[in-house]
Amino acid sequence: MEKIIRVKNLTKDFKELRAVDNLSFEVTKGQVYGFLGQNGAGKSTTIRMLLSLIKPTAGSIEIFGLNLFQNRKEILRQVGAIIEKPDLYKYLSVLENLKIFAAMSGKRLSTPKLLEQLAVVGLADRAHSKVKTCSQGMKQRLGIATALVHNPQLILLDEPTNGLDPQGIVDIRKLIIRLSKELQKTVLISSHQLNEVELIADAMIIIDKGKKVMEGKVSELFDPAETVVELKTTDDALMIEKIKQAGWQNIIQEKRSDCILLKLHKKDIPSILQKLVKLDIPILSFYSRHSLEDYFFSLTSAKHVLAATDN
Amino acid sequence: MFWQLLTIELKKIFKRPRTYIAFGAILVIVFLIQIAIKYDGKSYFDLLLNNLSGSFEFDDDFKHKFINGYLICFVILNTLLIQMPLLVALVAGDAIAGEANMGTLRLSLTKPVSRTEYMIVKFVASFIYTIALLVLMAIFALLGSMFIFGTNDMVVLRSEGIELIKQSDVLWRYLAAFGYAAIALTTVSAIAFLFSVLAENSIGPIIATMSIVLVFTILSQMNIPFYDDTIKPYLFTTHTVAWKGFFYVKADASGTTINGSIENLPAIMRSLGILVMYIFVFFGIATWIFNKKDILT
Repeated sequence: MEKIIRVKNLTKDFKELRAVDNLSFEVTKGQVYGFLGQNGAGKSTTIRMLLSLIKPTAGSIEIFGLNLFQNRKEILRQVGAIIEKPDLYKYLSVLENLKIFAAMSGKRLSTPKLLEQLAVVGLADRAHSKVKTCSQGMKQRLGIATALVHNPQLILLDEPTNGLDPQGIVDIRKLIIRLSKELQKTVLISSHQLNEVELIADAMIIIDKGKKVMEGKVSELFDPAETVVELKTTDDALMIEKIKQAGWQNIIQEKRSDCILLKLHKKDIPSILQKLVKLDIPILSFYSRHSLEDYFFSLTSAKHVLAATDN
Repeated sequence: MFWQLLTIELKKIFKRPRTYIAFGAILVIVFLIQIAIKYDGKSYFDLLLNNLSGSFEFDDDFKHKFINGYLICFVILNTLLIQMPLLVALVAGDAIAGEANMGTLRLSLTKPVSRTEYMIVKFVASFIYTIALLVLMAIFALLGSMFIFGTNDMVVLRSEGIELIKQSDVLWRYLAAFGYAAIALTTVSAIAFLFSVLAENSIGPIIATMSIVLVFTILSQMNIPFYDDTIKPYLFTTHTVAWKGFFYVKADASGTTINGSIENLPAIMRSLGILVMYIFVFFGIATWIFNKKDILT
């Protein structure tokens, strides 16, 4: 499989702070590659290095098989990006902004062509509105349009659903899947909304404090048959005691200050629930949490943050 | 690609309402000076001539000829060319820092444009803006004054006396003076660019540039002998006023000014060279820093 991005031993230091630490990963053509990590984990710094906005302290970046810093212009002609929030020229119209970034990408597109691009992100009817009159969601859509306007082969999206309403998030998700599956574009998407990445990514990397924690195909990283259930009762400590007495202690994942996390196979949920009811401790709530999110928290320092919060 | 990028930059500058503050300011100042001189010019020029009246006698006919469009434009240039660096710094100081502040710098630099190319395009665009300001000045201060006050021979007041330039010999001098002013203001632009690269909002570079212009201007104009040879020759502000040299003419043995002559062209060329050197040094340093810089905004 053709490798579109090949990152080797990438490191970036900002004075005393090591933002990215010896990071290596590869992205295959046509893949949607999830880039996960908490705020400050080094996601944006890595994406900025992939766009040559930041120079690495050490390591190498190859895109389309070429060294990024020796072939910057050639590579960037085939790359579209959104970095964090899409800041645009507020005093210009939506159409004028798109025209500017198309031209900077080396594309001279006619107004009808640009309007077609705006229609893809649902902004055709706002083409002549000044950007300063647009909502955050509209700006985000326009940011995506500027990233796609020159028909790039590689798309780097740093938190692309920030500021979007639920429908907007669904639309962007569909767009990314279409870009990957129908148009064979390679997409690298960073997000803190882990369920977003789970729904669209083929593979992902999880980083923490600049280091790789885990990398692989989403389907291999967690068992879709398993889930984590959050159980709240009137007396959690007693409930744990009774679960242990019943010999089911292997289902207890973690005791938190306000709940118990149980790791269960989805098919076992009805029978386990019945058994818990029979333990005769009033159950306040019992619901399935997002499995990838728990997986993520178990791998990154968020776990420690949560533990600290719980204490 | 260069022309396409330049068109984009010019569009960004001229679509921005704040750009027109400078144009408006120039129009207001020019208009106010013209109105004042139109209705009370005689007392203003009596004041100007006071220093010379001990050694010269001026009849009313001379005074009438004296106040004409060419002289008024000279007065306006003298006033405005001191203020114009602020107007230039407003745009040049904003060039990179403003983009960083808006967040558009990072998006622009993900496009297939080299940082040096980006800087050159920005700098050329700010030069064109400076030219636009000067053209506006030329239209309203020179042509406007010629229309309102008429034309005649131009009188130039100097500390050692007055010079009379034939009206047929004036216009090319203005052309040269405006050209020189463009280079002088571009020096201010280059300084503002350097600060703009270092900052992440426009206010800092604009204030820093104006502070430098102010301090250098004060030093240039101070009559302290110690500074005359040590600092003044190297301050760009010493050389920005050299445009006046185009209006200082040579005279023949009978004291009649020689058409087409310039009293000290080598001094003007030397000043011009120093300004151009300033531009290359400041812009060069700015571009070098910009190429090395991590874009974190």
